[in-house]
Amino acid sequence: MSTELYNDGPVVHQPTFIDGHSVEIPELRILHQDGTTYPDADLPDIDQVLATKIYQTLAFHRVLDERMVASQRQGRLSFYMTALGEEATSVGGAAALQPQDMIMMQYREQGALMFRGFSLKNFMNQLFSNAEDLGKGRQMPIHYGSKELNCMTVSSTLATQIPQATGYAYGQKLQGLDAVTICYFGEGAASEGDFHAGLNMAAVQEAPVIFFCRNNGYAISTPSDEQFKGNGIASRGVGYGIKTIRIDGNDILAVLKATQIARAYAVKESKPVLIEAMSYRLGAHSTSDDPSGYRTKEEEAKWQSHDPILRMKNWMLKQKWWDEAQETALFEKYREEVLAAVKVAEVIDKPHIDTMITDVYDVPSAQLQAQLDEVKAHVNKYPEAYPFTAGKF
Amino acid sequence: MAQVNLLHAINSALDIAMADNERTVCFGEDVGHFGGVFRATSGLQEKYGKARCFNSPLVEQGIIGFANGLAAQGTVAIAEIQFADYIFPAFDQIVNEAAKFRYRTGNEFDVGKLTIRSPYGGGIAGGLYHSQSPEAYFAHTPGLKVVIPRNPYQAKGLLLASIRDDNPVIFFEPKRLYRASVGEVPEEDYQLPLGKAEVVQTGTDITLLAWGAQMEIIEKAAQMASNEGISCEVVDLRTILPWDIETISQSVMKTGRLLISQEAPLTAGFASEIAATIQSECFLHLESPIARVCGLDTPYPLALEKEYISDHLKVYEAIKKTVNF
Repeated sequence: MSTELYNDGPVVHQPTFIDGHSVEIPELRILHQDGTTYPDADLPDIDQVLATKIYQTLAFHRVLDERMVASQRQGRLSFYMTALGEEATSVGGAAALQPQDMIMMQYREQGALMFRGFSLKNFMNQLFSNAEDLGKGRQMPIHYGSKELNCMTVSSTLATQIPQATGYAYGQKLQGLDAVTICYFGEGAASEGDFHAGLNMAAVQEAPVIFFCRNNGYAISTPSDEQFKGNGIASRGVGYGIKTIRIDGNDILAVLKATQIARAYAVKESKPVLIEAMSYRLGAHSTSDDPSGYRTKEEEAKWQSHDPILRMKNWMLKQKWWDEAQETALFEKYREEVLAAVKVAEVIDKPHIDTMITDVYDVPSAQLQAQLDEVKAHVNKYPEAYPFTAGKF
Repeated sequence: MAQVNLLHAINSALDIAMADNERTVCFGEDVGHFGGVFRATSGLQEKYGKARCFNSPLVEQGIIGFANGLAAQGTVAIAEIQFADYIFPAFDQIVNEAAKFRYRTGNEFDVGKLTIRSPYGGGIAGGLYHSQSPEAYFAHTPGLKVVIPRNPYQAKGLLLASIRDDNPVIFFEPKRLYRASVGEVPEEDYQLPLGKAEVVQTGTDITLLAWGAQMEIIEKAAQMASNEGISCEVVDLRTILPWDIETISQSVMKTGRLLISQEAPLTAGFASEIAATIQSECFLHLESPIARVCGLDTPYPLALEKEYISDHLKVYEAIKKTVNF
């Protein structure tokens, strides 16, 4: 126990205010857009096998997002969210971890699931809310999750995963596991109370959690300069006594390097780390959003020139680990696979009517069973009004 | 058997739960070395170490967010909210997270290992921010269990059952009874069933139903009524959600009358839910309107606490009115 007042600075006798931006925060960059590396850069641990897996995941991510937005526009899907322009944050983060590490996503980190091996079928079943969805058709599209892959199911509630990640990581530490939890969130979510609660508790309880902020410039329509006035999100990590780094989020090697070091530190020291990845949400917030109402084409064009996938491709070409023929074949293969998977998933039945009352509790109560029986009797009376379930129980 | 107070019974339940399973953790504001402001966690840090019983920063949403993550990871998480009046910063983590965790993940993940303990209720000159009974807010949330014990024996058995139940449980402890209620409590491990009401006194003229600290009030009113020749059946609901419709219905079908008493304000309190269900289940057996004896629809007062509370005299008057309807 300690009750010492915190003061590691000099005592002064004239009023001395600290400027809100007096902490200078460097930003890690390893890769130029043309695929060359900075000469003095520390490269991450990466070989051709890992690099190829990362690049293929990025390519699949781009294809899936493009095809699913198109499906939504065709009216086949109710809703979708892309991660256009910031795919390197989720794929690079996941690539730096071990399979036993827990990944807690916000909702724009499908790349982490892809890297872990969440199948195309699993993506489709969730997106079409069908009977084979692991989440049983209960959450809107893009709310994926998998216990087997240690990827916590996405929820719409913003920032709630942040203190949960702290608790999860604390549990891993108590068990003495060689495991950490990574927690993704956006710079907008960092305004929520749960962000502050989660970071402070992680520092105090010494939980091995990696807080990974995707600072993509916008929370729906609100630009980050209307979200906060401090020096990004990184400055807050310093305030909470958490080891912090800012990186170029469109630089896959910087994401990989920073997350590899963060994981090693979190495991060894059993303490949290904050990574602020600077990026840009090139796409709309969701298919229900239209960015032309709040930002310019010029601004978007500037960020298009920082495309993280193209940057990695350029590096792969220079390494002689990739060529244009492979590129064309891969994108073509993914497009065909996604289209075929849509056709399969969209005709699978909706979940069985009994799933209305399962998983509310471990076992449905007598009251819930009675309520379900009433619904079933009603569906049987008016089958034409309830085509998903009529005649199927 | 030893005579102990309700706090001691809670402490004994926590001690047994922590000894029984090393993956059991207790935390909250001042819960560590100090043992909690009411001393419910007294001695646990000394016995089980700082990693398993510790102070949290002063942030209720963080306590429950942390607890949700810990429970999802498979650790038995027992979180304390220092007063039920201060549970509301954690409302989102309870209502949107804990309650819906299993459902929204399709049972991929759950927080069944979560128990939230919190002292609730008035009668201690605590004013509006140390007296509230917020059970009805949580009773409106599918996925939660809400449990309230009436005495030390019930507190120990119901808390151990809550900790081991595979659903998130909010366990409200009647703080007025922490030291005031003393009774025989076995030293060993035992559990009492969740979701089951208990008939504590049989009778024939009217059913009196309450929970927690309100139980001793209706028992006292029942005693007064018996002096007037009115036979009361006294029932402790024990679990607010999911509640035991069957036991209450059976009692009301026998007596033909129901009085429900709660500390919380009248409007949209849990008594209202019970009244609606019982009039539907027992309509043809009812001989008088269902009576509710509750707090006023105001914040909880300080100087005028006596006038506000649903005391035995108010319950007694309502019994007579209902029987003589």
